[in-house]
Amino acid sequence: MTAPFLSIRNLGVTFTGGTRPVRAVNDVSLDVAEGEAVALIGESGSGKSVTMRAVMRLNPEKRSKLEGQILVGGRDVMAMNTRQLSAFRGGEAAMIFQEPLLALDPVYTLGDQIVETIRRHEPISKDDARARALELFDRVRIPSAKSRLDNYPHEMSGGMRQRAMIALALSCRPKLLLADEPTTALDATVQIQVLLLLRELQRDLGLSIIFVTHDIGAAVEVADRIAVMYAGQIVEQATARDLIRNPRHPYTLGLLKSRAHDAMVKGSKLDAIPGAPPDLANLPDGCPFSPRCFLSDAGCRAGQIGMQQITDGHQARCRRLDQTALQDAS
Amino acid sequence: MLGYTLRRIIYTAPVLLGVSVVCFALVHISPGDPLISILPADASVELQERLLVLYGFDRSYIEQFFLWLGRALQGDLGTSIATGRPVTTEVMRAVGNTLMLASVATVIGFVLGCFFGFVAGYFSNSPLDKAASAAAVFGVSVPHYWLGMVLVIIFSAQLGWLPAAGAGPGGSSQWKFNLEHLSYMVLPAITMSVIPMGIIARTVRALVAEILAQEFVIGLRARGLSEFGVFMHVVKNAAPTALAVMGVQLGYLLGGSILIETVFSWPGTGMLLNSAIFQRDLPLLQGTILVLAMFFVVLNLIVDVMQSALDPRIKR
Repeated sequence: MTAPFLSIRNLGVTFTGGTRPVRAVNDVSLDVAEGEAVALIGESGSGKSVTMRAVMRLNPEKRSKLEGQILVGGRDVMAMNTRQLSAFRGGEAAMIFQEPLLALDPVYTLGDQIVETIRRHEPISKDDARARALELFDRVRIPSAKSRLDNYPHEMSGGMRQRAMIALALSCRPKLLLADEPTTALDATVQIQVLLLLRELQRDLGLSIIFVTHDIGAAVEVADRIAVMYAGQIVEQATARDLIRNPRHPYTLGLLKSRAHDAMVKGSKLDAIPGAPPDLANLPDGCPFSPRCFLSDAGCRAGQIGMQQITDGHQARCRRLDQTALQDAS
Repeated sequence: MLGYTLRRIIYTAPVLLGVSVVCFALVHISPGDPLISILPADASVELQERLLVLYGFDRSYIEQFFLWLGRALQGDLGTSIATGRPVTTEVMRAVGNTLMLASVATVIGFVLGCFFGFVAGYFSNSPLDKAASAAAVFGVSVPHYWLGMVLVIIFSAQLGWLPAAGAGPGGSSQWKFNLEHLSYMVLPAITMSVIPMGIIARTVRALVAEILAQEFVIGLRARGLSEFGVFMHVVKNAAPTALAVMGVQLGYLLGGSILIETVFSWPGTGMLLNSAIFQRDLPLLQGTILVLAMFFVVLNLIVDVMQSALDPRIKR
């Protein structure tokens, strides 16, 4: 295996703005190979978005503390100065946000925003930049692209806006695309179109993608590999196929069981995980999932639990994997 | 855009009509006979009646209103009872002086207010924000006639740097653009600018803090924009509201500067209103209020059109 394009090692993000420090991301290590799509799934507040923003160092500098190492294409993101960082953001790595209406400047046309971004990174004329913006709009299949360039974000539908956001993200030919719940705010039918578009672009352009979602179905659709996050940690990661067929962490098991289509039999109860995610400012000792886990014992509530290797490329952060292996046989 | 502007201009017609009714009625509702102040105490009944007819005060209110409105539309606001000069000339000269002073004051207030507001908004909750916010609160709450007097004491009486009162040398009441006239404007303009400065600073601070908390700012950084680039986006987002506040403030200063104009003996609308009220000069009072109200309406029109040009989300 060649060196991964993106390599996150022991990433920690602590927000220090409030009265107590909040440990939003804890010891996250994740690799994304060139041209690979990795989905990051988990509940709200599990640290998915914070992890993504840490890759571009977008978390507020004054109110957060970063630890660990982030390498993109062999370059150390943590060590970048302001100029290198702004060339890196949007140039080498680009981000797609959950709600494009909020993530685009409301008082600039989409064309102007794309032209501005391109000219920020490359010394080309306004006309050339606009021509490229038009190409991008065609590429993401926005109908009547030419007139759409002069639209303001609020003048477009949700799906079109997200396509425009993707066009904007791709405008400087990034190698790494960070998609932060790109389909969550969209209608179900539009979701699938955008997912398919993302997958197609990824294959055609050889993009590495991190795709944050809480929708396992969407993750399986797009991703080669899936990492499950809980309370700021990656609790399990494997290829999409392995993770769905052979989940080993009790949290992943619970997530998969709680999916609606397994419980579609009328009158059956949806199998939810009992309890609620822990307070990140006040994490329990040991495994953060232990208070909700059906397998937890005294040993789970003390000390750090390390990543356990299950097979090549399948890891889980659980000391009772022998118990969950039962699922393997069936 | 052109259609919107035209539509907005047409909308102002009923507003202006309403304004003229109110300002005619206000003056006539107030008690007292307008002629008493100019007639000698021993004037004969015959003379009183002759004057009443001459000024048209003997007709019904409705008749008086339409006569007045008809003449006003032709630019004739009647004759001042106190001075005997045409009201239009008096009002226009005063409006010119006030407009000059109010515009300079608003520009100073806008520039300083935006500066303090941006500093406070960008560094919110830091000592810088506290200092800038304190300046804004001072601007809103300090009694400006008091500030005017303090400035006069310091810069005119003590230091002798600037003239204390008037619009120009030798009691000149017509503003001209030269250094001498300019020096007369410094103190009243600074005094007057303090109010819009405070209000604009507070508005801009809230605006900037709100804009910076929006997700699109992270989006801009994620595209690799420099802090200056992000700043330019914040400016464009804050501009429509800041300009609207500025326009409204200019409107207030046009009519509401009676105290400052009196302190500095500035021959503007404030002083004119002041003397018209005390001399019961009905035609002058009506004329001044009408012209000021018209300025206010026109100013709001300009602000609305500008705002919709700057912010695409406002429906055209």
